[in-house]
Amino acid sequence: MAGRLQSTKRLKEYMTAYYIDAKTAEGSNKKVGWITSGGPVEFLIAMDIIPVYPENHGAMVGATHQGGMLCEFAEKRGFSKDVCSYARSDIGGLLSDDPSKKGPVGGLPNPDMLICCNNICGTVMKWYETVSRYLDVPVYIIDTPVIHTGSIPEEVIDYVAAQFRGYIEFLEKVTKKHLDMDRLFEVSLIANENVTIWNKVLRKCANKPAPMTAFDAFTHMAPIVTLRGTQGVTDYYKALIEELDERTTQGIGAIDNEQYRLLWDNIPVWHKMRDLSTFFANHNAALVADTYTNAWASTNITTEGEKDILSAYAKAYTPIYLNIGIDKMIDVIKGLADIFGVDGLVLHSNHSCKPYSVGQYDIARRFHDETGKPSVIIEGDMTDERSWAQAQVTTRLEAFMEMLEADV
Amino acid sequence: MTLFAGIDIGSVATKLIILDSNPDKDKNIMYSQVVPSSHDPEQTAKDLLEKGIEAIGEEPVKILATGYGRHIADFSTTTATEITCHAKGIFFLYPAKCTVIDIGGQDSKAISISKKGKVTDFVMNDKCAAGTGRFLEVMASALGVDPPGLNNLALNAKNNIKISSTCTVFAESEVISLISKKTPKEDIALGVIASIASRVASMTSRLNIIEPVFMTGGVCQAASVVTAMEDAISRKIKVPKDPQLIGAFGAAIIASEDKS
Repeated sequence: MAGRLQSTKRLKEYMTAYYIDAKTAEGSNKKVGWITSGGPVEFLIAMDIIPVYPENHGAMVGATHQGGMLCEFAEKRGFSKDVCSYARSDIGGLLSDDPSKKGPVGGLPNPDMLICCNNICGTVMKWYETVSRYLDVPVYIIDTPVIHTGSIPEEVIDYVAAQFRGYIEFLEKVTKKHLDMDRLFEVSLIANENVTIWNKVLRKCANKPAPMTAFDAFTHMAPIVTLRGTQGVTDYYKALIEELDERTTQGIGAIDNEQYRLLWDNIPVWHKMRDLSTFFANHNAALVADTYTNAWASTNITTEGEKDILSAYAKAYTPIYLNIGIDKMIDVIKGLADIFGVDGLVLHSNHSCKPYSVGQYDIARRFHDETGKPSVIIEGDMTDERSWAQAQVTTRLEAFMEMLEADV
Repeated sequence: MTLFAGIDIGSVATKLIILDSNPDKDKNIMYSQVVPSSHDPEQTAKDLLEKGIEAIGEEPVKILATGYGRHIADFSTTTATEITCHAKGIFFLYPAKCTVIDIGGQDSKAISISKKGKVTDFVMNDKCAAGTGRFLEVMASALGVDPPGLNNLALNAKNNIKISSTCTVFAESEVISLISKKTPKEDIALGVIASIASRVASMTSRLNIIEPVFMTGGVCQAASVVTAMEDAISRKIKVPKDPQLIGAFGAAIIASEDKS
């Protein structure tokens, strides 16, 4: 087996430095803004505000098996088990009085402001409102209507762009600084470069054998999500690409004896990353692509043909993967299946993430009907390890592999 | 003789089939047995296999384990999931494009089989006991009968009663409250069976149901369940002889075809 990517060590250093920056911001002249994963972070970068992602923290909570414990803090206060486990573990961490029980990195640095964009789900609005109330910090909510079919109507662009104007006013009020629009433009260009190079990283898995798997992508996605709009992201991915190319030149795959190439749908099961990655490797199957990390590979901010930069942002941030209709999602999945040459689809029906999980049975059926390839749905939760039935998942995945093996 | 064993270690019962399979001959079942899985399924499976070998007087050349306990059977040559084994078993008996619904002790599954006998799609119950044999066991116990007793009660029901909760624990309290209201046990039993049928039917409907439809697994030994399932999916259902043994049978066939 090719083993862990060398870049992983640098990634750790990179992300640690970022967290240290964020954790030490309090008392300095730097402000911290909590932002949703699909939120337009470029505005924060342009104003020198440190962005912090509770969802990224949620992933760490899951990976370190602290989800159940933190969710219980929120559940004790009356939050339903059906509420998203990122929200529950985040709120749970805030409610915990014990500093050792606030999640990885000792909990997140306190925010000076909250920025919530509902292009990823509706839960974020109530979640951020709750945090705003608990911590007494201002929240700005950006509403992006779902784009069910076709292109984005002009009035939607105007509606979202108007909110971006409000967003700037909000940031200026909280920081008491002025946003330099030229700087925003510059950050936008860097963000585009970041997105383009992240796309290149992911496309490396179109090689056979794939030099990395989706499990690597789930780890290496941290910079594109959290530090988008900064030069470091491009530099980091350039080095990662070199490593992946080196593997491909030498004919080294992420797993030995790659026989099956699979596509993953939904947020990873963070608390089962190692088990799942071992399971697939043992079955000579590589997860060569996924809809999740690909969601950060296409949000290009282009002012060409737009009224202004804010309209360009509206156009980039509105039709993201979780804010489109199911027909379009199927198009994306079929497109990925084609680019990466996959043999089947693995769907994680994620108890926490309703917008991601609703429709998966239709997606699976249409994927099968339109490509002739099989799929399997496993049930779990991204962060809450209590929502997992190992024997059930094993049987489903093994039966799926038996289906693929019978095809050979 | 060339013997091949299929052992299906389920959550409730362990099933064994030993086949004599020779390229020139038909496959002959030399031994078949069902025993409760007990608290020590590994030992149960070992004992059952030994009993089978003793009865025939010869050891199988290959043993394939399936069912929830397949990975604990260290005496097996290989393993396969129940999905593949039930499909194999049914297709051997009825070689045609079809659908199989297997309701076992701990889970239920619906499987689409192609005209070549391949599994093309399957669905399983979600991580919950509703729609499984365990649900019926709990309800039978609340009614003071065993699972066959539940079937007998249901066959004599006069009225349809709806058990609305799909949660096993809540459905049990619903049953208890119906008992306390003096609702006839026969009607409650039918309500319980209709509830599991409706649950499994909605799961099965996620597949493109191709007829003929077969039922396998221990639960379909209850005639009332099969009738309720037929109503719920609006299709006739065929039940093979010894439906509980189909998984073990399919496992033995796969073992006999294994070239490795």
